[in-house]
Amino acid sequence: MAAGVAAWLPFARAAAIGWMPVANCPMPLAPAEKNKRQDELIILNVSGRRFQTWRTTLERYPDTLLGSTEKEFFFNEDTKEYFFDRDPEVFRCILNFYRTGKLHYPRYECISAYDEELAFYGILPEIIGDCCYEEYKDRKRENAERLMDDNDSENNQEGSMPSLSFRQTMWRAFENPHTSTLALVFYYVTGFFIAVSVITNVVETVPCGNVPGSKELPCGERYAVAFFCLDTACVMIFTVEYLLRLFAAPSRYRFIRSVMSIIDVVAIMPYYIGLVMTNNEDVSGAFVTLRVFRVFRIFKFSRHSQGLRILGYTLKSCASELGFLLFSLTMAIIIFATVMFYAEKGSSASKFTSIPASFWYTIVTMTTLGYGDMVPKTIAGKIFGSICSLSGVLVIALPVPVIVSNFSRIYHQNQRADKRRAQKKARLARIRVAKTGSSNAYLHSKRNGLLNEALELTGSTEEEQHMTKGTSLIESQHHHLLHCLEKTTGLSYLVDDPLLSVRTSTIKNHEFIDEQLFEQNCMESSMQNYPSSRSPSLSSQAGLGTSCCSRRHKKSSHLPNSSVPATRLRSMQELSTIHIQCSEQPSLSASRSSLNMKADEGLRANCKGSQITTAIISIPTPPALSPEPEGSPGPALPSIVKVSAL
Amino acid sequence: NPPVQTKKALKQRFLKLLPCCRPKSIPSLSENSVEDEFELSTVCHRPEGLDQLQEQTKFTRKELQVLYRGFKNECPSGIVNEENFKQIYSQFFPQGDSSTYATFLFNAFDTDHDGSVSFEDFVSGLSTILRGTIDDRLNWAFNLYDLNKDGCITREEMLDIMKSIYDMMGKYTYPAMREDAPREHVENFFQKMDRNKDGVVTIEEFLESCQKDENIMRSMQLFDSVI
Repeated sequence: MAAGVAAWLPFARAAAIGWMPVANCPMPLAPAEKNKRQDELIILNVSGRRFQTWRTTLERYPDTLLGSTEKEFFFNEDTKEYFFDRDPEVFRCILNFYRTGKLHYPRYECISAYDEELAFYGILPEIIGDCCYEEYKDRKRENAERLMDDNDSENNQEGSMPSLSFRQTMWRAFENPHTSTLALVFYYVTGFFIAVSVITNVVETVPCGNVPGSKELPCGERYAVAFFCLDTACVMIFTVEYLLRLFAAPSRYRFIRSVMSIIDVVAIMPYYIGLVMTNNEDVSGAFVTLRVFRVFRIFKFSRHSQGLRILGYTLKSCASELGFLLFSLTMAIIIFATVMFYAEKGSSASKFTSIPASFWYTIVTMTTLGYGDMVPKTIAGKIFGSICSLSGVLVIALPVPVIVSNFSRIYHQNQRADKRRAQKKARLARIRVAKTGSSNAYLHSKRNGLLNEALELTGSTEEEQHMTKGTSLIESQHHHLLHCLEKTTGLSYLVDDPLLSVRTSTIKNHEFIDEQLFEQNCMESSMQNYPSSRSPSLSSQAGLGTSCCSRRHKKSSHLPNSSVPATRLRSMQELSTIHIQCSEQPSLSASRSSLNMKADEGLRANCKGSQITTAIISIPTPPALSPEPEGSPGPALPSIVKVSAL
Repeated sequence: NPPVQTKKALKQRFLKLLPCCRPKSIPSLSENSVEDEFELSTVCHRPEGLDQLQEQTKFTRKELQVLYRGFKNECPSGIVNEENFKQIYSQFFPQGDSSTYATFLFNAFDTDHDGSVSFEDFVSGLSTILRGTIDDRLNWAFNLYDLNKDGCITREEMLDIMKSIYDMMGKYTYPAMREDAPREHVENFFQKMDRNKDGVVTIEEFLESCQKDENIMRSMQLFDSVI
């Protein structure tokens, strides 16, 4: 429960008076407030700076240092204050957490110092409020990365890696060239050969002086052999590199599908295809075009350049923006081309022969290139041509900065959105856990509380002390409130209790779990000691037409009381009487085992309509029932909390 | 003069054409400021003095102090509106949906029906519930059930209340909540309370029937020690 809301618990309990007149069953007793201390101010002296607050403020969070008795270790008898030798600045935030229920992270604070303080005071960082949580997580991640980098560089300097296989070393060498000198050499060699190959492709086409007696040839044909040797050498290197990478890759299938390997393959394929197909004259034309693909070798540089990789990634992530730009440009081009075509249709010998032919004019004009190979001659054409060039400036120039800023915005936004999504999932999970935790806590305390009352009947107090866990007063009051609601409606809460379900599902017929056996035994023995004078009171109470639920001790009587089955007929039966009841079975024999058997069937019938799987003591989970599709916050495998205090 | 006047008139007319000089933009500014003032005046509500509250309610000074501290902590503006109220109340019932019942509670506490519960309303309601006589408490409960405050509880009103209470239990209950459970419960209630079988429960019938029921009388005193 949030801190501030705990102060409203008295109000919620008072408002429960609205349930009283409509409740059919008597209410449980309120928890006794044994030592209700007057609220007092306590002084917290943190390195000389004194903070004061109410004791109840600190007790809102009993599982932290300040809320529990752990702070007594820091109590200074002489000055009657609690002295902490810690940072007062951070303590301010921590004390505000108790006051407001929200933990904030101050930006000027160092993240590791803050973490240490939180750990000291026993506060989990996960409860940092939404306003500061992102900042906290960012700083924490940066810090962790920095630590990791430091660790890595330390490791690298050490040099001796523990027994990596040859394959793993090779892969590591390929991915991080600076790990060893051999890898560095390899990195530079491949880079050199990529450059050589690209330059070769370019120089091949340069006209290279005259061989006397024939026309000017490009260098590639003049020194064909030399270029062929260079090409072969480069392709050899690239092939060897590709094969080595393929061998070293941890997941070959994934490696083959990666972009870089596709580029590698495309870069070296033309050579091999050319080798295979030199004899065939028909496809030599196609072969020439294949050589174009050799230019893809330049993309191999992206392994060597971080910037190129980032550019590629951002282009990929801004594809929609680019697509929109292209689309709007296309629209404008089509519009203007159409207009120009019809405007120039009249003039003779116009170059605007068709609308697609006008596309070229429109593009050249809109991008303000203006080659001049196509110009409008009519007046209308010139007017629309000028409008076209003016709008071209706008259409081109405006989206470009938008796209550039979009790049950075979207890039950062994606990162932040992913972060937020991951954090949101974690937070929802935490909230769910807290919710089920609180309900679990309620049911556990109910079990223990009821056990207490059962044991009270037997008169034994030692177990009572043992069973009472240290639930805070606020918790016990909250549980009492929930218990009253259960009594009013005649229903009771079900919650996920995996431990219980596991234990119960493996039990066969007529066997009981140890805890329950113990309770039953003690109750049985106690019942035998009870005088039969209880029965008249029982019957008189059962005679009251209003009471619908049988009290605990009524249930425990094995006397064939005629009124007992009658009361069982009432529709509102509650599980919290911790007895395996059945509401539909009219007749119950007094024997314990058959009682339980019938009860189980009754239970089954009850739960048929619901969507919850139940683990009943003697019967394994019925497969027909399936949990709710949403899942959250519902339990996956809830079980009936059974504490039979027969 | 006439030429000057016409000049002026022309100038004014020209200015009026320009959108930036539209006169109606100015009143809206003042409207905003008026609204702001209005907002400010309702944002901070201060309760009456401690002495007056002590006279009006049956709480001691210290109890009032504790109550106000808790109230002000959660609602710094000094008043609770319905949304806040529902949110606070839902924190106590994590598994169910307590918003409908919280609305009924809110209406019961908001005695002057101004859409917000001030500290005085809050404390006077609590005083009735926790420190009032049994009759006072029963009256308060009757007021809670009587949704339209016409002095009698009809079956529909009771059904609404009952459904809202059952809603607070949530979906995962044992035994599984049947569709007609609230209706049955209402029937039980009317059987018990409606003496002259006229289909409505008046305050006299309610008081009479509750006073005869031991369980109810006992449970009414359950929360005496809450504060």
